[in-house]
Amino acid sequence: MAIIEAHQIRKSYGNLEVLHDVDLSVREGEILGLIGPSGSGKSTLLRILDLIEPPNSGKLSIFGIDTVKDHGRWLDLRRRMGMLFQRPIVFNASVYDNVAMGLRYRGTSRDDIDRKVKEALEAVGLSRYVKSRATDLSGGEQQRVALSRVLVTDPEILFLDEPTANLDPTSTATIEAIVTRLNREANMTVVISTHDLAQGQRLAHRVGVMIEGMIAQTGASREIFHEPKDRRIARFVGVQNIIPGRVVSRSDGLAVVEARGKQILSATPTPGEEVDMVIRGEDISLHRREPGFEEAENLFPATVTTIEPTAPFVNVTVHCGCDLAALVTARRAETLGLHDGMQVWVSIQAKAVHLIPRVQSG
Amino acid sequence: MKTEALSTDPFPADGETIVTRWKEHLGRYTDWCTVWFCIMGAALVGVTVLAIVNIATTELADPAHLLKVAATSEVIGSILLTFGAGANAVLLLILFGTPLAYVLARSRPSRFKGVVESIVDIPLILPHTVAGLLVYLLFMRRGWLGAPLSDVGLAFEDAYPGTVIAMLFVASPFFVNTMREGFEKVPVHLENVARTLGAGTFTTFRTVTLPLSLRHMYSGAVLAWGRAIGEFAGVIMIAYYPFIISTLIYYSFTTDGIHTSRSIAFTVILVSFGVFYLLRRMTRYLGRYDDRV
Repeated sequence: MAIIEAHQIRKSYGNLEVLHDVDLSVREGEILGLIGPSGSGKSTLLRILDLIEPPNSGKLSIFGIDTVKDHGRWLDLRRRMGMLFQRPIVFNASVYDNVAMGLRYRGTSRDDIDRKVKEALEAVGLSRYVKSRATDLSGGEQQRVALSRVLVTDPEILFLDEPTANLDPTSTATIEAIVTRLNREANMTVVISTHDLAQGQRLAHRVGVMIEGMIAQTGASREIFHEPKDRRIARFVGVQNIIPGRVVSRSDGLAVVEARGKQILSATPTPGEEVDMVIRGEDISLHRREPGFEEAENLFPATVTTIEPTAPFVNVTVHCGCDLAALVTARRAETLGLHDGMQVWVSIQAKAVHLIPRVQSG
Repeated sequence: MKTEALSTDPFPADGETIVTRWKEHLGRYTDWCTVWFCIMGAALVGVTVLAIVNIATTELADPAHLLKVAATSEVIGSILLTFGAGANAVLLLILFGTPLAYVLARSRPSRFKGVVESIVDIPLILPHTVAGLLVYLLFMRRGWLGAPLSDVGLAFEDAYPGTVIAMLFVASPFFVNTMREGFEKVPVHLENVARTLGAGTFTTFRTVTLPLSLRHMYSGAVLAWGRAIGEFAGVIMIAYYPFIISTLIYYSFTTDGIHTSRSIAFTVILVSFGVFYLLRRMTRYLGRYDDRV
């Protein structure tokens, strides 16, 4: 069942349209990741879904209630949801008072507040700071205070707006663990926006890519990473190779795509004549000599042109008519003894060559 | 190093040491720009100081007269009336000006907003006599607002409400603008957090925005009050009576002469100083320190 149903949401600030026709549906009990570059409208969308700001137009129903018609129920609906912001925001008061805020707004009795606040602080591992001033804590601790401040109100939907963008890996892991546990145990619906692709992949059951104020693609994270629908998405999810080409023939479910005289086989159904080949760098294997046995449909020699180490991987560009960037582990690069101008064999599975229609850019 | 060698002159003449050190200090550390700024500032402050010293020396030379004048019921009553009417005006300003300031602080720039802002500032740019006339014309017995209000028994001409309304009019920009500045400094983030936690708009305002702007509200109120009790031209048009302090000084200046009016003026200086000093001192006990994010 869809717990949030948004249709054609538009939002602009002055002359700047931040969201154009956003369609989104969130199922009950799922974790939906919203990924997208900064400024793509993720935060704005979350604020609209949490009913903090009204959209300029569009339909939005939450818990099956039409929020456009039922304007008077916004506060009630908002009290069934919670939101955690990117920057840790705490009020200059004790940790206890910070966490108690939501309950006080709901007029909860003093005893209940006391019990729930202590439980919530226990859950995020901050019990020892009950009496401390919240602003004296570190960024990671403040964010945990903010999280327990939200969780103490038992939200049915939790919105997380890049919650770990400013945090160290340990705090990030704590927050992620709490969120996944709540989702699993309390069946809490979670919408998390992030520009950290790995986080989106780690947490989310389903991912929506937001680009320039629109949801460009939704699907399982595997799908988004390996089969992006267009160039912008491919760029954003970090595909190294986007190569324009032309489909020259088809046989046995394989398409032959020609790019600068080089023919590459693809297992994707062809979307048209003019295509872009999308190939992830880690799907390209390099070999010192022609492999004796290789399942990959594409196998050809090439020349190494540049070698660029990037942390655990090495980015190797090879030339074979067109340029291909391969991602090789540092250890493997060492074994291969790569150097500029070296002849290598390249293998790519036809499945790894994803085709998208080419949009003529002006 | 060179500076080291200079500062430890091997043959310092005993008497000169301190002087040379001082000269060195001046030459090395003085920022002449700041010095000139201070000199120019001192000239400005000097005028005020001189004026007060001037009146103080003459008045304190004859304490008996000063005391006699200060103790008259006329003067005491007038001071109380002025301060009271000012406080009354400020209370009304807090009640009506705070919501206005909040709306102005939170609304996006637009032509309409610009117009409202200009209207708020009108009392600032008008000559006080013009402000007084405006208030008089609106609130006089036959005025647009004065007529219906006098029907229900609220008379403004030569009455306490007239004093209050005139003070309110001239002091309003000081309060509204200061309050608004305070609201603008409260990050919208904080309000959003409160709202996501289940607070309605007014609850958010009451529990988050207002507590964080109390200092601005206070200093806005003090500013407005100071402006209100100092008003003369704005008030006399509609309420020559009862005498507020400015009117009383002017009246005694034109009838009794300089001697009495000077004593009243000096009394007012002392009382105002005292009160404003106290009010400023109280600021430190007020309001939460900022949670600016």
